[in-house]
Amino acid sequence: MGPYRALLRRELLLAFRQGGEIGLALGFFVLAVVLFPLGVGPEPEMLRRIGAGIIWVAALLAAVLSLDRLFAADYADGGLDLLALSAMPLEGAVIAKCAAHWLTTGLPVVAISPFLGILVDLDRASIGRLALGLLLGTPALSLLGAIAAALTLGARRPGVLSSLIVLPLYVPVLIFGAGAVDMGIAGGGVRAHLLLLGAISLAALPLAPLAAAAALRQALD
Amino acid sequence: MTGDAAGDGLVADGLACRRGERLIFSGLDFALPAGGALLLTGANGSGKSSLLRLLATLLAPAAGALAWNGASVAPDPSRYRASLHHLGHLDAIKPALGVRETLASWAGLRGASTARVDGALAAFALDALADWPCRWLSAGQRRRLALARLLAAPAPLWLLDEPTAALDSDGERRLVAAIEAHRAAGGCVAIATHQVLPLAGAHTLSLEDFAPTAHERAAGDPLTEF
Amino acid sequence: MLTYLANPARFMRWSGPPLVPLAVATALTLAAGLYLALAVAPPDYQQGESVRIMFVHVPAAIMAEGVYYVIAAASFVALVWRHPLAEIAAQAAAPLGAAFTLVCLVTGSLWGRPMWGTWWAWDARMTSVLVLFFLYLGYIALVNAFDDMSRGARAASVLALVGVVDLPIIKFSVDWWNTLHQPASILRAGGPTIDVTMLVPLAVMALGYVLLFVTLQLVRMRTALNVRKARALLLAAPSRRGGATAAGAPPDATPVLR
Repeated sequence: MGPYRALLRRELLLAFRQGGEIGLALGFFVLAVVLFPLGVGPEPEMLRRIGAGIIWVAALLAAVLSLDRLFAADYADGGLDLLALSAMPLEGAVIAKCAAHWLTTGLPVVAISPFLGILVDLDRASIGRLALGLLLGTPALSLLGAIAAALTLGARRPGVLSSLIVLPLYVPVLIFGAGAVDMGIAGGGVRAHLLLLGAISLAALPLAPLAAAAALRQALD
Repeated sequence: MTGDAAGDGLVADGLACRRGERLIFSGLDFALPAGGALLLTGANGSGKSSLLRLLATLLAPAAGALAWNGASVAPDPSRYRASLHHLGHLDAIKPALGVRETLASWAGLRGASTARVDGALAAFALDALADWPCRWLSAGQRRRLALARLLAAPAPLWLLDEPTAALDSDGERRLVAAIEAHRAAGGCVAIATHQVLPLAGAHTLSLEDFAPTAHERAAGDPLTEF
Repeated sequence: MLTYLANPARFMRWSGPPLVPLAVATALTLAAGLYLALAVAPPDYQQGESVRIMFVHVPAAIMAEGVYYVIAAASFVALVWRHPLAEIAAQAAAPLGAAFTLVCLVTGSLWGRPMWGTWWAWDARMTSVLVLFFLYLGYIALVNAFDDMSRGARAASVLALVGVVDLPIIKFSVDWWNTLHQPASILRAGGPTIDVTMLVPLAVMALGYVLLFVTLQLVRMRTALNVRKARALLLAAPSRRGGATAAGAPPDATPVLR
């Protein structure tokens, strides 16, 4: 069993056995979206206009909340040493961890987004663009989040700190993701937004693990 | 037993270690040949754990060089890392995984097959607990599981930090047996320990011999030299 | 040359004497710039006198971004060559950059008020600067988040490099967002053509800001080195404090000098 498979398998096992963790982030995601109509009023016209933005912001916040699942446990129980001494480079371990994180955080968000789209009165085409955008953008959220999670290991208040660090980096994903839906509603071209989302995720795939592994090596020191 | 038994072994030359802005030790030399055992002694804070982490390339040395089997470690550390096991204070055990699952996962991380997992469990009397979730293990059992890692995925160099902590006398006996078998097969081991371990022909290295002088301590941070 | 400059003693030697002349030059340049901006440059035919805020706002925007690139460059040197002064330089520059960013945001708000009746207009540049402000805050927070100061410095170096790679992407996406939601761009620096009477005060103010940055940067770096030296001296002090020698002292005992 290769090291990547071993790590991915272990992370998925842990996530499912401690299933409350997946449920918590998802629950927060739904709750955050539900709060908005309570705050701004339920007129479908308005909700439709701000709906994509609301859902995307909630997705960002849910991603940020789940970042501590990436490295904190390994840092606390000495598992980080084992990853550094494993048969794969630390960058590879980061990719495996991000893959597990996306499968247990990003993918559920994508899956549940159609239902939330209904809550904010989006039409079917918009829901499609929303889900597709989330599918293309959530890998970037996991990858960029890994950088922040790795940088804040051993810091005071790592959760709040990684949020402060990573949310500015998430801004392009938010803009293109919500923009895809809103452009679609306005009748404009959506492809560019989705392509840019995909491009960001693809660019983050080799680059983010480099930064995250560098940060992990600092944490090991 | 081991695929690439330690040839010349581990040679350290002038190692120095800095943690934060403090110099912990400097000018540390030793040679650990195949089949050898090195016991690291010293008071708390003298740098035993830091030295072991440095030897495991988890820490970068402030000065000095490390060579494994005649080849310097620095240019290609990944090959060296594949030849060593490091056992720290923490056990890296996930409560939600099972005992055998944990060991198999660790073996997989090292790129090894799971063929030796059951043997490793038996060597540390964990085979009866193989299907238990790790959260049921006592401190001593967790330590044994961490030690079982050494046998599940073979490597010629063992770096052990207080391996006997939380172990009962049976566990200690098994550990010594495993170490001696490892050495007989050509492996070598460096152990930081407060306890006296009955290892034949072991050399002792006291870290206090390499503690920095007061002058060196004060001059530790190059940014303050003005 | 980098290693030549890495020596802290050398740095302290050559950075000391220019401080007073730099401070004087900064004051004179800023005074000249302000005079040109307030008295000499003509009022804009559209915005009237309030266009003069531009002379404070635009150079601040340039510095806000420029200082971030300085921090990123210093962080790169710190990580790749382990140049010890580079980390000090990056950390010294961060609050200065954040201050320029804040000045840019506040003056931008003041500039927009007479034109648009609101204190904040979400135009592309202001929004980018706002996100940049948070990048600065994140950097400063990360530096100070660790009990071990050197760990904070190294982590922040990585963050600065990540930020500098993401910054163009962020700016591009904010521009994009702006064209989606507000087709007319609002506050352009001086418009499509900058008259030479506007350009000269702008350049002088920009120069003054750069001199200000350099002066303050050197002061902050020297102070940081002095603090480190004082702390090292304290740690190595003989055991007057009841047996607390350096061997047993907590590794990061920070004296009240901080």
